[in-house]
Amino acid sequence: MKKFLAAALASAFLAFAPQAQAQTPPNVLVVGQIAEPKSLDPHAVTAVNDFRILVNLYDGLVRYKDGTLEVEPSLAESWTISDDGKTYTFKLKEGVTFHDGSPFNAEAVKFNFDRMLKEDHPFHDTGPFPLSFFFSTVEEVIAEDDTTVTFKLSAPYAPFLSNLAYPTGLIVSPEAVKQHGKDFGRNPSGTGAYKFGEWIANSKMVAVRNDDYWDGAPDLEALIYRPITDANTRIAEMLSGGLDVMVEVPPDSLQQFKDDSTFKVLEQAGPHVWFLILNAKEAPFDNKAARQAANYAINKKALVENILQGTAEVAAGPTPPAFAWAYNEGLEPYPYDPEKAKELLKEAGYNGEEVTFYVTEGGSGMLDPIAMGTAIQADLQAVGMNVKIETYEWNTFLGKVNPGLEGKAGMAEMAWMTNDPDTLPFLALRTEAMPDKGGFNSGYYSNAKVDELLEKAREVTDQGERAKLYKEMQEIVQEDAPWVFVANWKQNAVTKASVEDFKLQPSFFLMLQDVKKPQ
Amino acid sequence: MAAYIARRLLAAIPVLFGLTIIVFLIMAMIPGDPATAILGSYATPENVAKLNKDLGLDKPLIQQYFIWIGNLFQGDLGRSYTLNRPVLDEVMERFSATLILAGTALLLCSVFGLLAGIVSAVRQYGWADKIITLLVLIGISTPSFWLGLLLILIFAVNLRLFPASGMYAIYGGGDLPDLLYHLALPAITLSVVATGVIARLTRTAMLEVLRQDYIRTARAKGLSERKVIYKHAFKAALVGVVPVIGIQAGFVIGGAVYIETVFQWPGIGSMLVTAISTRDLLLVQGGVLVVAAAYVLFNLLADVVQTILDPRLR
Repeated sequence: MKKFLAAALASAFLAFAPQAQAQTPPNVLVVGQIAEPKSLDPHAVTAVNDFRILVNLYDGLVRYKDGTLEVEPSLAESWTISDDGKTYTFKLKEGVTFHDGSPFNAEAVKFNFDRMLKEDHPFHDTGPFPLSFFFSTVEEVIAEDDTTVTFKLSAPYAPFLSNLAYPTGLIVSPEAVKQHGKDFGRNPSGTGAYKFGEWIANSKMVAVRNDDYWDGAPDLEALIYRPITDANTRIAEMLSGGLDVMVEVPPDSLQQFKDDSTFKVLEQAGPHVWFLILNAKEAPFDNKAARQAANYAINKKALVENILQGTAEVAAGPTPPAFAWAYNEGLEPYPYDPEKAKELLKEAGYNGEEVTFYVTEGGSGMLDPIAMGTAIQADLQAVGMNVKIETYEWNTFLGKVNPGLEGKAGMAEMAWMTNDPDTLPFLALRTEAMPDKGGFNSGYYSNAKVDELLEKAREVTDQGERAKLYKEMQEIVQEDAPWVFVANWKQNAVTKASVEDFKLQPSFFLMLQDVKKPQ
Repeated sequence: MAAYIARRLLAAIPVLFGLTIIVFLIMAMIPGDPATAILGSYATPENVAKLNKDLGLDKPLIQQYFIWIGNLFQGDLGRSYTLNRPVLDEVMERFSATLILAGTALLLCSVFGLLAGIVSAVRQYGWADKIITLLVLIGISTPSFWLGLLLILIFAVNLRLFPASGMYAIYGGGDLPDLLYHLALPAITLSVVATGVIARLTRTAMLEVLRQDYIRTARAKGLSERKVIYKHAFKAALVGVVPVIGIQAGFVIGGAVYIETVFQWPGIGSMLVTAISTRDLLLVQGGVLVVAAAYVLFNLLADVVQTILDPRLR
């Protein structure tokens, strides 16, 4: 009896072992994701994790040119901008259909933006649309004829095109929204290179080749996205052969993949800044010298090399270098100089009062926030600053930081990933962006010149002109030091050596249209 | 017997409701809200307030609770804010995956726990007993999430005998062998502690029974040792062990929360972990309700089996 049972169970489990060579099939790319997508409705989500999928199912009117953050035509063939910068007219591609068979045209474009922006639209309740403020300057969308669509803006808004290239601007099928209503996010239909196949909760999301793709059908038969939340499990699955691509490899494991020739490791700097918000309203950081002191006191090179193990670079200012055209190459990061920091603190009249420091446990783009926080605390203690850490879970942390630091904390960790050099400074550094006005300037930084430069940069449509304004803004902000500028993250991914033409994009999106995997 | 079961089931209803109230209160007490979780970094106080209103979360807690209960009676557990789909669909899909995992683990720990306990008791102080006692001690003291990672490292990464995660092959598969093959590592991990507990208890119960007069009588009558042990002693010992198996069933479902995360098993445990971190109140509520109901049912089942085994309890 005993032997029989033992043998039966053992054979039940082991009989299937030979098929165990966990190999992914040819022409199908299995991608390990860090979490289950929230929804496949591009207008309803905010996470990079979801964007990595969506850009393969949908197209926007424009898209980012390969390897850059500059826009090029996609569903729109061309466009014109009126002289006052308030009217954008797009000429649309002809003969494009959505995956559900319905035609793509100007009416469809209008439907997309009206759904997001008009509260009385019959399908507005299929939201919420958390990033619809990207298009808050859009006053009206007019379908002139089948292939012409006009956007009327309430004010000139230079980041408009770049926002259209962001997933919030991807075009969904109106017919599918009408058919599925609130369930559209689980029954997506776009015009992209891959069509939605199936989605099994917490197991996989399958997208299959769109043979009729207007930009040429992709090589791969299918994409399979697997959500694996536990980083150790994700690495184990990659090592055991169950994944072709894995993103967000923890720094500790990156070397292991680099040493193994059956894998390829890719790294790419992105539009990301990791910084400390300093509370400019209250002592000690209401004094510029004290804010600069913090920038000198923190050994960012050590943070980047030891804690982040080379997966990030030291940041010089508020704008990440990934926005190549708008980045001020002349800026040098604050050097590590504890003596100078001590001098500046003395000059600022700092007398050892305790500074509360908000640290988060994790969160989008936060890298290794607790280890970073304690190292920063130690650096500041070394120059005589008395820092007390308070740690919060990410959602709680945002609930404390976003309403402003006044009366609560002297400094807080923060990280942003954006698509345009305008977004972060406009939402987090202007006087008009203080928390009581609905912005993210939680440290109450205010400089009239910065305000002026940022307002102006939105209005000029000439990129060279805009770049000049942003570069000047960066100089002033670096000098004023409303933040401690710490790091720009380099995203990474590991692929099997057999995966061809796989690239990372500065947008952090995973464009898989041209990837091949013959075996 | 039917009346007894019905009475027990009815008694479970107030327990389940009490539990949902506690869960509601706990979720209200922990900081952070669903709107912040949905909006992410872009959560301004203004947008948070607006979204909370849209989601009906600005209403007093007690009102939210009664709305939930009202819908519950119509078989509607609400709609998950983060997954944007009905809670009932999600919970049922996930719960069946958990049942497969927990059920297999329970089968494994019952079979191996009982066998190990019997062998241990029959061979008291022999080498088999000593080895089993040592293994039981190791099994009970091993943290299961750690064991899970260890098994993944050995059997998935190094030997490539079993998959590291998931419930079905990602391509093809989907049949029973495929399921068993994916089930092996997580089910073994999940059953180890319970196997130890059951083995230890079976051993004690068996030793107790083997000392009884009627066993001596049975042996004196000339019954084969096999018959004495399996027919008489084991049956008597089982009465003491069954309720423990019932309790272990609860622990196994609880343990599934960790194990599902380690092995990426698409069950209710991994669902709850995500739902709690995203403050998806209705999803947490629905998930807890189902897990609690299962717990109650398992205990009821254990009691019923015990009553059948031991006529004195009737």
